[in-house]
Amino acid sequence: MSARILHIATNTFREAVRDRVLYNLIAFALLLSGASILVGQISIDIERLVVINLGLTAVSLFGIVIAIFIGIGLVSKEIEKRTLYTVLSRPVRRWEFIVGKYFGLAGTLVVNTFFMAIGVFAALLYVSHKFVGSDASVFVALYFIILEFLVICSLSLLFSSFSSPLLSAVFTFSLFVIGSFAGDLRGFAGMAQGITRWLALGMSYLVPNLSAFNVITSVAHGQSVPAQLILQNTLYAIFYSGMALSGAVLIFERRNLK
Amino acid sequence: MPEKTSLNTRQRTTLVAAACLVFSVAASVTVLRRVDRIRPEAPLEDALYVTSPNIVKRASLGYNGLMACIYWTRAVQYFGQRHFEGTGSYNELAPLLEIATHLDPHLTVVYHFGASFLAPKPPGGAGEPVRAIELMDYGIQNNPSDWHLYYDLGFVYYTELKNYPKASEAFARGAAIPGAHPSLRILAARMAEHGGDIETARILWTETLESNNDEQIKANAAEHLRGLKVDDDVIHLQSAVASFKRQTGRLPATMLELASAEGIPGIPLDPDGSAYLLTLDGRIQLQHPDDFPFATQGLPPGYKPPVRPTFHAKF
Repeated sequence: MSARILHIATNTFREAVRDRVLYNLIAFALLLSGASILVGQISIDIERLVVINLGLTAVSLFGIVIAIFIGIGLVSKEIEKRTLYTVLSRPVRRWEFIVGKYFGLAGTLVVNTFFMAIGVFAALLYVSHKFVGSDASVFVALYFIILEFLVICSLSLLFSSFSSPLLSAVFTFSLFVIGSFAGDLRGFAGMAQGITRWLALGMSYLVPNLSAFNVITSVAHGQSVPAQLILQNTLYAIFYSGMALSGAVLIFERRNLK
Repeated sequence: MPEKTSLNTRQRTTLVAAACLVFSVAASVTVLRRVDRIRPEAPLEDALYVTSPNIVKRASLGYNGLMACIYWTRAVQYFGQRHFEGTGSYNELAPLLEIATHLDPHLTVVYHFGASFLAPKPPGGAGEPVRAIELMDYGIQNNPSDWHLYYDLGFVYYTELKNYPKASEAFARGAAIPGAHPSLRILAARMAEHGGDIETARILWTETLESNNDEQIKANAAEHLRGLKVDDDVIHLQSAVASFKRQTGRLPATMLELASAEGIPGIPLDPDGSAYLLTLDGRIQLQHPDDFPFATQGLPPGYKPPVRPTFHAKF
């Protein structure tokens, strides 16, 4: 990574911290500790399951909200504040700006997820009093959640490169919802005929397949995640993010900033 | 000087705002409590807006594990509330359990406890043994290597439907699973040959008592074992009365006379230590039938069990 990209990424991270993004950790800690105590009293035999399910779901949802709401403003806010012109007047290329922003946001989410993961494991220890071997799968689920963030970040940056923050938020959130149903979409494509089939199939591959990253339920039951899935999901996240990021660079390179 | 005035003004504003905040919080809580008193409490079943498991699954956006836990907790709360109120109506219990299991088919706790909520007759349960069996079948379909589910299935067939061949079949299928508890094989054999025996029931409830960690289930099993002890005692004492009558041509006048004539050591006592009563027409009867909600023998004629039975065993 070039020094310029690193500088932009570091500043993006600092800006997110200054915007008090990490305050969400307090809400997360309260949610998890409250749920750990409450569920033990109002339900039967699911304390451990709830801590894993709720913890990982909260990590995922909090991160997606952060990825969308920070990602959509990454470019437009710089244009609005006119700081982009200062940056681009220096020897910084447009693509470096986009890539730097992407890594800055991704870094913010990784740090955020790291602290949340500590919370999940602390809550797990509180309800189970010990760790078991299958708890290692929780790390895999957390890793998949980070991969999901990488995809969402790239999409929000793509929309941010040509659209208003509001529309970018709508587009990214819609793709997140559609991405959760990507498997169904492929199922529908399989049932269709002719051109409809190919169009539906094309769409199903174009939208992010976010359901592939969701192993929360199986991890909560102590099931292991196949190594092949870890490898393929990693590759998928890299390629899909690369695709969205390339699109963002292509658009931003041609965008008239006058 | 102006700075001091500004600071005082700010302090005053802080104080007033803080007072307003505290007052508003207290007032809103008070008013909300009054509103709650005025409006009838919305029953939980009214809150079950979506009854289709597939729609709930789609709406959960892939976070179905958490939703399953939420629906299971709702089912526990719903059952607990209805059970406490003693209404005997559990219309939404089966849909809640079905949604929870469709969201997460591997949430075995739902099958295990769900069957014990659904199957027993009211007021102990919802009185829906057929739906309990459907739930268990779905559980076995999705967790075929969990022998506990076969045990629960056999248990429902045995206790609620008295279908001993089906119960035997379920226990036998469970016994075939590697790592299954050895008692399943015994239960399968006993169920096939002596389905209605007290001894078979005793093995089943003892196994339930010993293999569970939940206090309610243990208490329920212990209460059934107390009831079985009473049934066993009364049947034996009743046959002693018949034997006495055969030999003497009359009924025994007192329990002491029966005991000495039939070689029973001392006055027979129930599990609580109270003496069994011998009625004038030669029936053996419990002194406190309400203390044995699952006893089927030794009950006074026309006896109606309490709506909400009290469990005596504590764990």
